[in-house]
Amino acid sequence: MQIKQGKLDKSLTFYLPMLAMLMWTLFPVYWTLITAFKPEGDIIKSPLQYLPKNITFENFINAWNDVGFDMYFKNSFYVGAGTVVLTLTLSILAGYALARYDFKGKRAAMLILLMTQFIPRSMLIIPLFVMFSNIGLISHPLSLILVYSAVQVPFSAILMSGFIAGIPSELEEAAAVDGANRFQAIRQVILPLLIPGIVATGINVFIYAWNEFLLALMLTNVQSKFTLPVGLSFMLGEFNINYGALAAGSIIALVPSIFLFIIAQKHLVNGMGGAVKG
Amino acid sequence: MEIRLTLGQSKKKKHKFVKAPYLLLLPSFVMITALLFFPMLRIFYYSFQHYDISAPFYDDFAGIDNFVKIFTEDPLFIPSLVNSFKWVLSQVLLQLFFGMGIALLLNKDFKFRGLTRGLVFIPWAISGVLTSVIWSLMYNEHMGVFNDLLMKIGLINEPKAFLSSTTSAFVAVVIAELWRGIPFFAITLLASLQNISAELYEAAAMDGANRLTSFIYVTLPQLKRTIVLTTLLRTVWEFNNVDLLYNLTNGGPANSTMTYAMYIAKTAVHGSDFGYGSALTVIAFIILSIIAFLYLKISKFEEA
Repeated sequence: MQIKQGKLDKSLTFYLPMLAMLMWTLFPVYWTLITAFKPEGDIIKSPLQYLPKNITFENFINAWNDVGFDMYFKNSFYVGAGTVVLTLTLSILAGYALARYDFKGKRAAMLILLMTQFIPRSMLIIPLFVMFSNIGLISHPLSLILVYSAVQVPFSAILMSGFIAGIPSELEEAAAVDGANRFQAIRQVILPLLIPGIVATGINVFIYAWNEFLLALMLTNVQSKFTLPVGLSFMLGEFNINYGALAAGSIIALVPSIFLFIIAQKHLVNGMGGAVKG
Repeated sequence: MEIRLTLGQSKKKKHKFVKAPYLLLLPSFVMITALLFFPMLRIFYYSFQHYDISAPFYDDFAGIDNFVKIFTEDPLFIPSLVNSFKWVLSQVLLQLFFGMGIALLLNKDFKFRGLTRGLVFIPWAISGVLTSVIWSLMYNEHMGVFNDLLMKIGLINEPKAFLSSTTSAFVAVVIAELWRGIPFFAITLLASLQNISAELYEAAAMDGANRLTSFIYVTLPQLKRTIVLTTLLRTVWEFNNVDLLYNLTNGGPANSTMTYAMYIAKTAVHGSDFGYGSALTVIAFIILSIIAFLYLKISKFEEA
């Protein structure tokens, strides 16, 4: 009797919420996935098919070849990769300074980095558009790489300083005793130990660049330079929407970010907790 | 002699070390200044200008014309602020509530915990535009699964266009944004939960605390700092966030989903009067600064 009571209690406080949580999270993704694989006629057909009866790859071929997702994917990839390289370089340098040195103005530097998190992104779209128009970089991937890096450097630098602070400085000193100069010590001792942190931070930055919409919309005005979010938005705004191709395009945009997220998830949860704790 | 040599060396080293952190920080601060702080200052400058890219011949100093026009003539100014207030409040409170529930659930020990955690956090990695597409497929009048399910359980008799009705559009976008927003709270709260030492709970249990009282007296105080910081960051973020509003309803129907940030975005993307858009943005910045200041004061963040 008592055992039964316990089981009932557990199913109410644990299994039921768990099931609701997983359904809520996964069903929308599932629905998009099966829509992407349904032939055009089956998508709208009543009764709706919760399990697709026929499966086709036509939507994917259509989205990639005819709608322009091949371009969008390529553009997003260049912007993402460029942003990751630039942001990581800057934030490793800054993170090292914050983790290893005591210097005048350190508190102020930290404060400025934190303050940037409160700058409304929508504040930036007008002046950045004017700026990049003046130097002729509208619709150029470089404009997005620069802006995204500026947005991501502060948080990444704080994350990196946390990861670097977690590596005992004795290791560097030992390398110095062995005759390595500071740069060699960093390259040979710190960098290899920093790889998990670099991967987690890099993936966080890549996902941001891969997903960002408003700045990309403002700073791009030719379709051949659209990133995936701008391309998807463009498609969603059309009068006659091809839902199959739209769903397929979504899956194309979704796969890289989910794949990267799964790799980085554990490190990110720890890193973000640390950063929020301050 | 030897001692003096090492002393001299260490002194020289120390002197060199002082310059290094500034040099290391320099590139980052150049980027931030050029692309975040400088544009921010430009916004203040533009807000006092007549600056219309479709009529550049009339550009000149405007004084406070733009602000006067916003406060006296703009029919969208107050309604969009009210919508923003509703948007931010519903998002932050509901995301915190459900995020806390999920974090508590995932903090337990069970089989496949790592996998479940990974799956539940997935929407965090999904873009606003993608979320818009996913939910527009579900809300759709002709092929949407929502209409199908609601008709099956008999709540509605015929398919509804949730996103084009003034009564349901706002709620529909709120729900879609919750889907993407809840994992952020769950992630940060879970990370903080895992840092609470088990001894605190043991001590509370010895004092006769049950599950509810130990949550109130142990868990919540320990999470206070995280909660204050994440809700504040989220308030700023949701105030500015237009991805779903832009793509699901574009501020409509009849401006029922036109938040203040959405209004600014539309002015900037589709309009040409950058002076006016900048003045709107300055007001947004002042509102957000006041909210952040009051919030940190009231929550006594420094003492937390």
